[in-house]
Amino acid sequence: MWSFIHKWGAPRSFYGMSGKLLPWLALLALGLIAVGAVWGLLFVPPDYKQGNSFRIIYIHVPAAAVAMAGYMLMAVAGAISLIWRMKLADMVVKSCAPVGAALTALALLTGSIWGKPTWGAWWVWDARITSVLVLLFLYLGVIVLHESYENKEAAGKACAVLALVGAVNIPIIYWSVEWWYSLHQPASISFTGESSIHPDMLRPLFVTIAGFYCFFAYVLLLYVRAEILYRERNTRWVQALVAPAQP
Amino acid sequence: MYFESLMALWQMDGHGPYVWSAYGITAAVLVALVWVPLRRKRELMSLLRIRQRRQSS
Repeated sequence: MWSFIHKWGAPRSFYGMSGKLLPWLALLALGLIAVGAVWGLLFVPPDYKQGNSFRIIYIHVPAAAVAMAGYMLMAVAGAISLIWRMKLADMVVKSCAPVGAALTALALLTGSIWGKPTWGAWWVWDARITSVLVLLFLYLGVIVLHESYENKEAAGKACAVLALVGAVNIPIIYWSVEWWYSLHQPASISFTGESSIHPDMLRPLFVTIAGFYCFFAYVLLLYVRAEILYRERNTRWVQALVAPAQP
Repeated sequence: MYFESLMALWQMDGHGPYVWSAYGITAAVLVALVWVPLRRKRELMSLLRIRQRRQSS
């Protein structure tokens, strides 16, 4: 177990092993998202109340779910980097931020587009929407904080702390539709009881959610690998990678 | 397919502009997310290659 963590935790071996994973993740992400999107757009009947606008669910929910899961990953990586000073964890914190910010913005945008025909408004200051906006600011905060430090070690520490503190927001987002009176519809998927939407509508949603998770893993690896190359640019193994064809 | 024609699929009973713009924006964001780190890596590699050449000559 420990040797396994040790192996994956070293930037060099992580770079090598993650490289083998990349094409599979890309294929899975592309396939699942394409199948789920086409299924949801073309083959599912419209919602009896919302009509066809509900088809936005197949990208809106995955983007929001993965944005939240990505934040949890960032917080856990932050804790690991603070406690064990693991270099790779610090890189994961830094890399999660832009990907998570983009996905959060996407969730807000698609939600806004869905809100217009459904609620009659692009934006409402509702508990769910506002707490997701806070999530976006937390992600952006990590990006800006990292840029603002000259000393990258101090930057990493500050970002890890912000990531950890901000994790409080995740349960708030999750239960916001139940705690407060909200315009936002409650969860469609239930893990404990029966889901509130028809299984025919649910199946493509699971497919796109799985696809978005694979996509997140793929893009996160791309970011982390670029970061590894940058930080290890003076090591011999990166030098050899740069010029592999030299005799 | 649920829709009777391509035109009906495009219009979606008036919801077409919303649905298709949401999917379009999503596609653009996902492509950008892949493109940015790939470009960063490519630029870094070419920079390192130049530096290496300078050091060896």
